[in-house]
Amino acid sequence: MITLSQLLTLSAILFALSVAGIFLNRKNVILLLMCVELLLLSANFNFIAFSRYLGDIHGQVFVFFVLTVAAAESAIGLAILVVLFRERRSINVEDMNTLRG
Amino acid sequence: MLVEILFYVFGTILVLAALGVIVSRNPVYSALSLVLCFITSAAIWLLIEAEFLAVILVLVYVGAVMVLFLFVVMMLDINLEELRTGFTRYAWLGWLTAVAVIVEIVGVVWVRGLGIDVSKSPTPTAADYSNTLELGQVMYTKYAYPFELAAVLLLVAIVAAISLTMRKRPGLKVQDIGKQVGVNAKDRVRIVKMESEKRP
Repeated sequence: MITLSQLLTLSAILFALSVAGIFLNRKNVILLLMCVELLLLSANFNFIAFSRYLGDIHGQVFVFFVLTVAAAESAIGLAILVVLFRERRSINVEDMNTLRG
Repeated sequence: MLVEILFYVFGTILVLAALGVIVSRNPVYSALSLVLCFITSAAIWLLIEAEFLAVILVLVYVGAVMVLFLFVVMMLDINLEELRTGFTRYAWLGWLTAVAVIVEIVGVVWVRGLGIDVSKSPTPTAADYSNTLELGQVMYTKYAYPFELAAVLLLVAIVAAISLTMRKRPGLKVQDIGKQVGVNAKDRVRIVKMESEKRP
């Protein structure tokens, strides 16, 4: 059977890869959104692993809510992206400097 | 034993697909690799007997969210070359962070041990156990209020996404249904009283 440590290691690798992806694709907003989705997926892995191995169903309920919030987040994120592309004809993060942040 | 072999196969596919997401040159390939990530994750969740969430992941993520991503990626006309410049400038920092995160978490899990027995497997559930039933029993009783809040959040997301992306182009010939319905006969028809023409 799969042990808890194997699952936690897999989710750690997934988390690290998506963090590296944020560094690598820091100009492309679409890829940044995809990397955030991967981060949430690896967090969900941990929730489900602990929920199963501690015999507690509430972890899986939390994953359900995380999926809901992530779906809403990506929908609004992509809507903002489309509006941004209409304004600037570009999705480069470096072009978003109106607020001089 | 079979479960372990399947876990390693799916885990390998998952890590390779995640690598594909972050290094592929074309955002379409990234989105498709992310779909593969979600599907293999759903398979692993099935292996650890979280069936409902596995199905939800495939339905909601692959079926809705990733289709939305692909739609946006293909709709936008992106200059890829400009976005790729400076790809390798901070790459070493990214890989360094990745290695540090992996070393830290693996160290915590395998060396410190979290205070629980990490090398144990879960007790396999009985054949007539229903994951969906158990989740539903908690979700509609104890978590009924957060469940409604999640529904409201999705409604807010719908309204926000539509109102952000809707635009009115000037000069477009469209019907205004409200005006059409609210019109009165006396605004449209003008009755003119006049003398009849005399025959010459």
